[in-house]
Amino acid sequence: MSAVKLGVVITGGPYTRQASDTAYQFVKAALEKGHEIFRVFFYNDGVNVGTRLTVPPQDDRNIQKNWSELAERHKLDLVVCVAAAQRRGILDKDEAGRQGKDGDNIAPGFRISGLGQMIEAGIVADRLVIFGD
Amino acid sequence: MPTLHMVNKSPFEDNALQSCLGHVLKGDAVLLIEDGVYGALAGSAVAGMLGQQNGAVSLYALGPDLAARGLSEKPLLGGVDVIDYGGFVDLVTTLDRSQSWL
Repeated sequence: MSAVKLGVVITGGPYTRQASDTAYQFVKAALEKGHEIFRVFFYNDGVNVGTRLTVPPQDDRNIQKNWSELAERHKLDLVVCVAAAQRRGILDKDEAGRQGKDGDNIAPGFRISGLGQMIEAGIVADRLVIFGD
Repeated sequence: MPTLHMVNKSPFEDNALQSCLGHVLKGDAVLLIEDGVYGALAGSAVAGMLGQQNGAVSLYALGPDLAARGLSEKPLLGGVDVIDYGGFVDLVTTLDRSQSWL
């Protein structure tokens, strides 16, 4: 089958809902089949995947690290919704500076941007798949 | 324009599967994932819901989610195909669009 361009949206929080785990396995399988992942958009509690400060037990999966490594390996575009991120304390250097905070915590491979990025994924990708609560 | 319907809630806690089945069209596919796989079990109180589809829609359950819940060896409803993540990707890419019943 010819390659399909996929957009992925994750709205469920890590370690509370299965959404970020299911989406991870789905994206991995899609890449193995040669499909293109146009973008992964983290929204609502899904943005909590994008902090590098989580320290899950060693015998548990590290959801953030798994996504960061997959993004590095396949040049994925992992986008965190800015409005959802600000509410939950997910900040990059620019946002931390703008909000007068003493540090940032965005994980490697993630970037903070607006909801327009999700709309664009819906327009540009052949399919948009939503993993939610 | 066949649609892939994804249901991730158990039919014993939520009416997502019921809503989904009220909207599916002939030729569509229904994929049960996460806690949604409980809906694929044979002989349950809600087994009749999926059983009524009479082959008009294709029914699938995600194998890894059945396994994660200890349900791999349980009898499933007739007509339910168990697929892996690769099969999930194939459904998304071969059908025209996907709808998550959240």
